[in-house]
Amino acid sequence: MKIKVIGAGCETCDKLYEHVREAVAETGCDAEVEKVEDLLEIVKLGVMSAPSLMIDGKLVVSGRMAKKDEIIRFLK
Amino acid sequence: MEFVKEIWEFIQNQVLGMQWLRELIGNGLAVAGLDLSSRAGGSILFFLYDLIKIAILLCLLIFVISYIQSYFPPERSKKILGRFHGSGANMVAALLGTVTPFCSCSSIPLFMGFTSAGLPLGVTFSFLISSPMVDLGSLVLLMSIFGGKVAVVYVVLGIIVAVLGGTIIEKLHMEKYVEEFIRNASGIEIDAPKLTKKDRLLYAKTQVETTFRKVFPYILVGVGIGAVIHNWISEQWIEKILGNDNPFGVILAVLVGVPMYADIFGTIPVAEALLSKGAQLGTILSFMMAVTTLSLPSMIMLRKAVKPKLLAAFATICTTGIVMVGYLFNLFQSVFL
Repeated sequence: MKIKVIGAGCETCDKLYEHVREAVAETGCDAEVEKVEDLLEIVKLGVMSAPSLMIDGKLVVSGRMAKKDEIIRFLK
Repeated sequence: MEFVKEIWEFIQNQVLGMQWLRELIGNGLAVAGLDLSSRAGGSILFFLYDLIKIAILLCLLIFVISYIQSYFPPERSKKILGRFHGSGANMVAALLGTVTPFCSCSSIPLFMGFTSAGLPLGVTFSFLISSPMVDLGSLVLLMSIFGGKVAVVYVVLGIIVAVLGGTIIEKLHMEKYVEEFIRNASGIEIDAPKLTKKDRLLYAKTQVETTFRKVFPYILVGVGIGAVIHNWISEQWIEKILGNDNPFGVILAVLVGVPMYADIFGTIPVAEALLSKGAQLGTILSFMMAVTTLSLPSMIMLRKAVKPKLLAAFATICTTGIVMVGYLFNLFQSVFL
């Protein structure tokens, strides 16, 4: 599973990244978590709001924060 | 008619203005032995009343507005805008700017997304001007403090500034001042996640939490400054600088406001206090527009996407527009208050 946390350097983006790491650790699922901060990369992905969360190329959270429990549900 | 007017006044004073809260806090403080006619007492009343009022309005407003905004993610605005051309597109961009969720940290991806989708530069700027300056929240908040007429005119003038600003940038043909890497970027279309009603409620709740945490310090500072102005700064002094006596009051207010960064929720208590001390309406409104639309942090952010010439044009156009709105309001102040 490939997870991308997308957003350039705002506080909420960092928090979302943290929550994702926690969720992955808790479920113990085999996932590669990447933080996408490069503006050009973000545009290439077609994402326009930060923070966003992408799992295997599918946008699951757009422009908001998500809590750990919610992310765990996405991972399943 | 009389009946409708009474209902409106009730909404204005009690629901939006929360006069009952003022009385409640006033009575509470009086029971606690505080002399409300003293300077310190008045300041404490202003501070508590404004802080609680704005905090309540903030939470309720952000919740309702975020729910509405969840229907207009920027990806969707982009698609909608692609269908319009000419000055109609600027108009739609300015209107969408009022409902699309905006945070300065997503202004760049948004800018790049719009540009790479082939939207004209002027349309993008109409959106970028209206988005922070006018939103649904400011409409309701202004109603609570200055009344319905002022609020509606503020929003209408804000949209006019955004449309004209974008159109001027379009006419100046400044496309070459957009950074290369953005012009060359080709974004792809992706589907925004499909949201159920539950998702939208969750989105609204999260927005309230994050916004409250982010904005509360500004409200605290804003209400603090408001309380000081309200009871400690002399009326003559404010009148001299920001009132009738000073023809340059608007320009001064805008120049002070431009580099500052604050949310509209933080600027409202300052505006409220200044108005009660005899500052002119247009001067105050232009100060609020300047603070929310332009700021040093947002300029630094935007500089990553556009070259200095375009950035300067953007700042100049916004500043001029805001100054003109200020003078217009001052000219017709008697109609509004």
